[in-house]
Amino acid sequence: MFEAVAFYLFAFLTITMFYITVTTAQALYALSALAAGMIFISAFFFILGADFLGAVQIIVYTGAVMALYAFGMMFFDTTREVKENHGNKYIVVGLSVVAAVMVVAIFSAPIISTNMQAFYPMVEGAGNTEQVGMVLFTKYLVPFEVAAIMLLVAMVAGIVLAGKKMDLSLTLMNAEEIQAAEDEKNKKVLS
Amino acid sequence: MEIGLNHYLVLSTILFCIGLIGVMRRKNLLMLFFATEILLNAVNVGFAAISHYYGDLTGQMFAFFVIAIAASELAVGLGLLIVWHKRHGTIDLDTMSSMRG
Repeated sequence: MFEAVAFYLFAFLTITMFYITVTTAQALYALSALAAGMIFISAFFFILGADFLGAVQIIVYTGAVMALYAFGMMFFDTTREVKENHGNKYIVVGLSVVAAVMVVAIFSAPIISTNMQAFYPMVEGAGNTEQVGMVLFTKYLVPFEVAAIMLLVAMVAGIVLAGKKMDLSLTLMNAEEIQAAEDEKNKKVLS
Repeated sequence: MEIGLNHYLVLSTILFCIGLIGVMRRKNLLMLFFATEILLNAVNVGFAAISHYYGDLTGQMFAFFVIAIAASELAVGLGLLIVWHKRHGTIDLDTMSSMRG
């Protein structure tokens, strides 16, 4: 009973928040709604007994990803209303529904139709975090290390791409210096 | 009323639909990134549900790797977006047609 109430409540909240995210014209509303939706998603993980995954969801998505988005939005003009692609709305919605149903059917049909055996069954008498650690650091050690290298590469790429000309500050320079920097920038774009 | 695997799969489908609609109708690249995050989260819900109802931890492992991929995609994508915005002053998808034949 409690599970059903929690499921329907959080399903409603998540769908509402994500719907606001994809339909609103204000970038700030979209960001806030997305952050709320991420937190509500973690509730499903807690209901499903995947406590560690829920904690990681809150920390990574609402902690790191949302902070990075908020930081990135400082670079863009977010107060302006976002212009939308007003094509045929029914075609867009219809194609989306068909594609989503197809994807879920393709991936869940083999799981439901065959009598699936647990590949790495849950260990009795161990907490979720302990089980995750046991499987992650034995069976999935190589993918774990590869993911670590991928995150390192992404971090270096982010610093290299976004960190260019960070030492220049437009508010601390006088007019001639700003003009010189602008000229150099235009030269680079044109070449 | 018992909540089964199908409930979670239907929810996952609905969230995936919302994400796809966002990807198709958004013009602003930052909003497009938000929609991709929704797509990845919808998949994560499905993985966690299957992991719970079949007593298998593989689904949770895949959800962890999906989260790692989402984080690195965001870091690189946002860096590229900042570079593009510095050069062209806009992040509209329609302005990115310099390779049109």
